[in-house]
Amino acid sequence: MLRPILIAAFLIATSPIFALAQDSSAETGAASVSEEVIVDATPETPTALGPLQAILQEHRNEVAKASRRTVDEVIDAVRAAKLPQGLTFLERWGDRELWQREEDGLFFFTEKADGQDLTLIDIDTGEAVGTISKGDIKQLKPNSGVRTVIASSLVASQLEDPDPARRRQALDAIERRAEKEHLEPLRASIETEEDPAIKARKERLLRVITISFGQTTETRVDAIRSFSQDLSLDARAALNPLVVTRIGYSEGEPEGVNVARTLTPGKDISREVAYKLLVDDEKAIAARTRAERKAALEANIEDGTVGGVPVSELSSQEARDRAYSSLVDEGKAPPFVTDETMDAELAKYTFYEAYADSNAEVTTAAAETLDSIDQYVGLNRFFSLVLDGLSLASIYFLAAIGLAITFGVMGVINMAHGEFIMIGAYTGYVVQQIIPNYTVSILVALPLAFVIAAAAGIALERLVIRHLASRPLETLLATFGVSIALQQIAKNVFGTQARPLTSPSWLDGAWVINDVVAVSYIRIAIFVLALVFFALLLFVLNRTRLGLEVRAVTQNPRMASSMGINPDRINMLTFGLGSGIAGIAGVAIGLFAKVTSELGQAYIVQSFMTVVVGGVGNIWGTLAGATMIGFLQKVIEFFNPSNTLAAQTYMIIFIIIFIQFRPKGIIALKGRAAGD
Amino acid sequence: MSALLEVLGVSVTFDGFRAINDLSFSIQPAELRAIIGPNGAGKTTFMDIVTGKTRPDSGRVQFGTPPVDLLRLRESDIARIGIGRKFQRPTVFEAQTVFDNLSMALRNERSPFSALGYKAGKSDIERIEEIASEIGLADHLKRLSGELSHGQKQWLEIGMLLAQDPQLLLVDEPAAGMTLGEREHTTDLLVRTARTRAVIVVEHDMEFVRRLECPVTVLHEGSVLAEGSLDHVTANPEVIEVYLGR
Amino acid sequence: MKNTFLARNPSVLVFILLLAVITLLATVFSEAYGTGLLPTNYVKILGKTLCLCLIAIAMDLVWGYCGILSLGHFAFFGLGGYMIGMWLMYARTEDIVIASMTNAALPPTPDEVRDAIGTQIFGVVGGSDVPLVWSFAHSLPIQLALVVLVPGLLALVFGWLAFRSRVTGVYLSILTQAMTLALSLYLFQNDSGLRGNNGLSGLQNIPGLTDAPQSVLSIWFMWGSALALGLGYVFAAWMVSGKFGNVVKAIRDDEARIRFLGYSVEAYKLFIFTVTAVIAAIAGAIYYPQAGIVNPAEIAPIASIYLAVWVAIGGRGRLYGAVIGAALVSLLSSWFTGGQAPDLPLGFYTVQWVDWWQVLLGLSFVLVTLFAPRGIAGMFDRLVRKDAA
Repeated sequence: MLRPILIAAFLIATSPIFALAQDSSAETGAASVSEEVIVDATPETPTALGPLQAILQEHRNEVAKASRRTVDEVIDAVRAAKLPQGLTFLERWGDRELWQREEDGLFFFTEKADGQDLTLIDIDTGEAVGTISKGDIKQLKPNSGVRTVIASSLVASQLEDPDPARRRQALDAIERRAEKEHLEPLRASIETEEDPAIKARKERLLRVITISFGQTTETRVDAIRSFSQDLSLDARAALNPLVVTRIGYSEGEPEGVNVARTLTPGKDISREVAYKLLVDDEKAIAARTRAERKAALEANIEDGTVGGVPVSELSSQEARDRAYSSLVDEGKAPPFVTDETMDAELAKYTFYEAYADSNAEVTTAAAETLDSIDQYVGLNRFFSLVLDGLSLASIYFLAAIGLAITFGVMGVINMAHGEFIMIGAYTGYVVQQIIPNYTVSILVALPLAFVIAAAAGIALERLVIRHLASRPLETLLATFGVSIALQQIAKNVFGTQARPLTSPSWLDGAWVINDVVAVSYIRIAIFVLALVFFALLLFVLNRTRLGLEVRAVTQNPRMASSMGINPDRINMLTFGLGSGIAGIAGVAIGLFAKVTSELGQAYIVQSFMTVVVGGVGNIWGTLAGATMIGFLQKVIEFFNPSNTLAAQTYMIIFIIIFIQFRPKGIIALKGRAAGD
Repeated sequence: MSALLEVLGVSVTFDGFRAINDLSFSIQPAELRAIIGPNGAGKTTFMDIVTGKTRPDSGRVQFGTPPVDLLRLRESDIARIGIGRKFQRPTVFEAQTVFDNLSMALRNERSPFSALGYKAGKSDIERIEEIASEIGLADHLKRLSGELSHGQKQWLEIGMLLAQDPQLLLVDEPAAGMTLGEREHTTDLLVRTARTRAVIVVEHDMEFVRRLECPVTVLHEGSVLAEGSLDHVTANPEVIEVYLGR
Repeated sequence: MKNTFLARNPSVLVFILLLAVITLLATVFSEAYGTGLLPTNYVKILGKTLCLCLIAIAMDLVWGYCGILSLGHFAFFGLGGYMIGMWLMYARTEDIVIASMTNAALPPTPDEVRDAIGTQIFGVVGGSDVPLVWSFAHSLPIQLALVVLVPGLLALVFGWLAFRSRVTGVYLSILTQAMTLALSLYLFQNDSGLRGNNGLSGLQNIPGLTDAPQSVLSIWFMWGSALALGLGYVFAAWMVSGKFGNVVKAIRDDEARIRFLGYSVEAYKLFIFTVTAVIAAIAGAIYYPQAGIVNPAEIAPIASIYLAVWVAIGGRGRLYGAVIGAALVSLLSSWFTGGQAPDLPLGFYTVQWVDWWQVLLGLSFVLVTLFAPRGIAGMFDRLVRKDAA
């Protein structure tokens, strides 16, 4: 799984290194060097050799015929001079871009000019200094040993670059593509590092590359083990190649390989695959598949029989096997491997999975560390799951609380509740068409959605629900009629395609806690919104006159009305409140889901479930219900991530079973008030 | 003779409110008993417990010989082993005829399958007509019970209770909304019924209770305050305190 | 008073007669057996409508008579369709596969046939194996039994759970809706083994009757539907007219009271829920061969709500009300959404019924609930009584 990531990382990684090197040469080359030319110009070089050229000329042979043994001398000399252009030089030398003029032995970079000519570029100034025919100049091709040394020295110098940005870039480069040569320069650079952040990064990176390139088993194992609680991808990327396995087999006990586990054909590995390994190595004759055997039979039909068996009888596998056997006996077909012979062949060998890395200590440590990381990742996934669950719960809470309030107070289910959510979402969309500033439009849309949805709710209450008092099932159906009408109207007005409700840019992105846990800001905002409304409703219901009256009507409508509470007014107000919150929920949902006429439908069943599970007439109940449903859905999705449909199926089944044990929800009213 | 119904140390709490508090009570197989008590004394809750509507927090309720633990049974089972209940407000099936109401109450197999195959036999029809004349509704058998007067509905419900042929009748305020003549008839009927089976009457109306001439149990705050003849309990200072002292 | 079945149910005779007349007329005007005035397409619509009337009767029994507003009966209808559809699809594919293999050099083995059928049927969902649930798909008698058994068992288990815990009223409605949603979501998955959202298709081709043209088949299916509807009507009338019906109505009107009379409300509800589920499944099993395709969208909760709408508009608590509602609304619905209804120009805006029919239906539904709670049949009753008076 990691391989494509690594390849991609490599592709991205390589280009900036070069770009970087060239950028810096372009910047520094022209301006600063010209001064240095004057200062450092040595008397022995009358043609005013650049300082770098001068150094190289001192080591002309070592440069031209570089060998691994001598290259250090050159590099040391270049680095000792601390020339800015030295780095570019090393870079291009390593990339085989250094040329030597045969005439005087001077070194140049080149660019392609007309025809066979090359433009000479001064290695100090980076400026073109003339052209030369290809025949008169020689390209230097340092061998790979030399290039490796050059590369690591490059990193070494970048790692100690005075500019922190360049040091970070060097670290980036190593992170993208670590090499053995980086190990020592990195280690060496840590001591002198002054920036604590970069230092920490260097130390960590050192451990990462020690995993692969550490000199002794012990240092590698130590480095590996140090990552047992590390979540970042690079640690896992470094560890995973160590535990790559391949399947092999041997006669008798496997020897000379680092065995991860032995495989039993038919159990850990399919018999066919195991057998194919043997066939590939010509240790066994190929098994003929049914299709191949059938083809052989078809090819050998003679006068309506095959191998003496009439074709018309060949409608069973058993008869075909018989016919094929006789073909084999006649030598007309290759022998066919029966299950018994295949088993017998397989029994001769031990099949195993072996690590590519032969160092058992390292692979064991890596496997164990990966296990440990997996556990830690699991822990963090769980944490992430909790956050997801919270987020989903807050959405369900917003979507369901209005339903729960109206259900509690009036005992009716409003099937059009989902359409109030939809109204809220479309309100948000329309507001955005008028007010282009997303922040302002959201701030306008939230209260407006509340008002519009509340108005729709109050209208529904006054026109329909009031006239169906105490007939809950008919209310359910009448509001369903409203629901399909509203849905279709929305479809007719806004069309069937999804409308965008764009969140302001400060809500884009996510709060990234580590490589596993991240929460998008929209979800956080919705969570906060749900909290706000939860607190607000708690306040309204428990601390205000309206709340008192609402609670009175919820518990005993007749008693409440005899005490001077006007239930019609309470019904209207609660319906308005419940519908208004649905409108707000609509804006919130619209921010992350597409706004369509079916938006409400998608949430309505979950909202019902939330109310049913939570219990009626109590916002704590709705909170509990929403939390339970939200978490449940996420947990089921966690175990079956590929299949959200199945997750919902299982959730509903769970809820049906849950109702068996708490028919009145998690938080139920008890006693006579609950009625029957 | 052992008790038909035995209620022992029953308590039930609703949201912290003790509706029934360590109540003990028993009644003989052929006995008429009146239960009186102020509002909230737990009279209706007591009936709910006996008929299985409410489950007590503690205590025992036993019925019949050999005793059956009522707390383990569902409402329909309790009704089937012989406890009939008449509600305070008359609850008859208004969309159905008097005949159908009585026919459903008649003591017969109660399973869906037997109901599907049921055909009113001669004896059943005779029994229904007998009960109908007893409750004065013989001419109204074909009428929808929803069209009956309040008093007639009360009668119909008593008739349904009789049709069930229970061993124990729980009657909640049978005389409410009845004329004087109807009350007398009701008293007669209850007294007559109590000769062969147990009858518990919950009533507010002292005059009505007096006419029943039976032992009285006074409930207060979920437990028995006094028991005995009506004159005996009304002389009890505690009872007077409860009824008048507030 | 004569207490015979027909005397108690005068509507039965009228209904059966009307049904027979309509079916006969349709046959007389059909393309296959008559003048050809009535295109096959319309015969199919008629046949399907009769099936919808049958499930409406089931809905009326469970809701109108017993007061259980089930929002899940269309799930049983769809399941019935799936069960018969499995045989239709499997057997027909088997015929096709075998026919295509007759020219092969070697006669096919049973395994090869099964593999070919698997590829043919499940290729669309990326499978080639025949899933376990199709184990009996080759056998018509078994699948016919499953038409009754699978929905019946589902209703029995669900009903037992729901009624046992005394879930009633809107709670129960929502729970049945949840069951329906769960079922349709389950069927939407490819690995449910029932071809995911593709559903089962080609059901209008009856295996073994490939020579019979659709015009003939449609007549036969219409007669089958009419027979089922007639039997269902008589059965339902018989159920609700006796003591069972009284108890069931009593449960609807006052559940607690009937319990104190010693009736096990749960047993009755479970009985009627399961029986109506089976009726719905049978209706579905006759409907889908005429529709040609059954897919999870058919089972979506909304379908069951529409069913309630039909019964409510027709008038619940009266069997003929359910039939009137289902026939009227479903026929109107296909007329309006089929694009046959003329547009309504309002000058500033032209009402296209394809778009506005749903709005009209929704609003008229609200109006019926508000002003005619007994539905069309209720108004009808009032007229009849006025005439009599």
